[in-house]
Amino acid sequence: MKLKYIIPLIVFFAMAFLLAKGLTLDPKAIPSTRIDKAAPNFTLPVLSSEAEQFSPSELKGKRWILNVWASWCVSCRYEHPVLNDIARAGLAPIVGLNYKDKDDEAAQWLKERGDPYYKSVVDQDGRVGIDWGVIAVPETFIIDEKGNVIYKHTGPITRELVNAEMLPLLTANTSAPSNN
Amino acid sequence: MMKKTLLLIALFSALMGSNQHSYAVIEAVEFETKKQEQRYKVLIDQLRCLVCQNQNLAGSDAPLAKDLRDITANMIKQGDSDATIKAFMRDRYGDFVLYEPPFNWSTAFLWLGPFVLLVLVSIGLILNIKRRQEDELFKPTHATDDAVRIKVRNLLRDTPSIGADSVIKPNSDNKK
Repeated sequence: MKLKYIIPLIVFFAMAFLLAKGLTLDPKAIPSTRIDKAAPNFTLPVLSSEAEQFSPSELKGKRWILNVWASWCVSCRYEHPVLNDIARAGLAPIVGLNYKDKDDEAAQWLKERGDPYYKSVVDQDGRVGIDWGVIAVPETFIIDEKGNVIYKHTGPITRELVNAEMLPLLTANTSAPSNN
Repeated sequence: MMKKTLLLIALFSALMGSNQHSYAVIEAVEFETKKQEQRYKVLIDQLRCLVCQNQNLAGSDAPLAKDLRDITANMIKQGDSDATIKAFMRDRYGDFVLYEPPFNWSTAFLWLGPFVLLVLVSIGLILNIKRRQEDELFKPTHATDDAVRIKVRNLLRDTPSIGADSVIKPNSDNKK
């Protein structure tokens, strides 16, 4: 009989717990469908060297980073120094996917802020971006030796994020090559 | 009253107007058949704009939404089925791209929860009503066991009926 009166209290606490949990979730976060799956293939011209083509198979056997960026993207300004740091530390080659940008403006951007990229490829119409499930620039992926996507971050990366989430994935592979 | 009604109509038409405006952003797409155009309209209505998140492709003027509308239109023209187009979008953006979530393990509770709750509450309600109807005398009086039935009959015989004279005037018996 006493239990009967405790039930509403239990229900209340269960609901309060679930609602509190809901507050800690990010409703705007859209998990990538590509995690633990083969990275979408593409062949695109390299920025500032249009005759050259890049395809992910070029880096097969290596752990590398794909960073989606554009010179018109404001938050890319914030993460650019972090990318420069990663490149300087030689953690992994960073491939830039220059998303819906103008070539001359993109080249100018790299000239002014430094070029952390192993290569930047030109995705003029954004179709490769769609294949990778890019929603908003900047986005950063990590691709493992087998060519599978193992990590995705939407939005600008920070030093804290690199240390907490990306570094463990990049150093897990001791044969991480340095290209810059 | 009349003024209020007019004001409401004005407000409503203003809202409708702004709504139509957001649809006017959409570029016109030429299709060979009316059926293709119909499919296009239904699809961009069912697919979500990933950038704005609370708008569908039909109502969004985000560049990505335009790209996805183009892809939808081109796939329809190529003869791809609605299922193929939806699979293309889901491969890239996950279930989130569909306004109506598909049935799978992570959405099972969402789809079945209300029905499970309905069944549970119905069972509880039926049990509760039954329990109230079956007071402590109901079961023994309907028992198949003769010994129990005799016991109940004796109990009932010894119990004075409510409203009977013997209860109200217990002394009248003694006088006789």
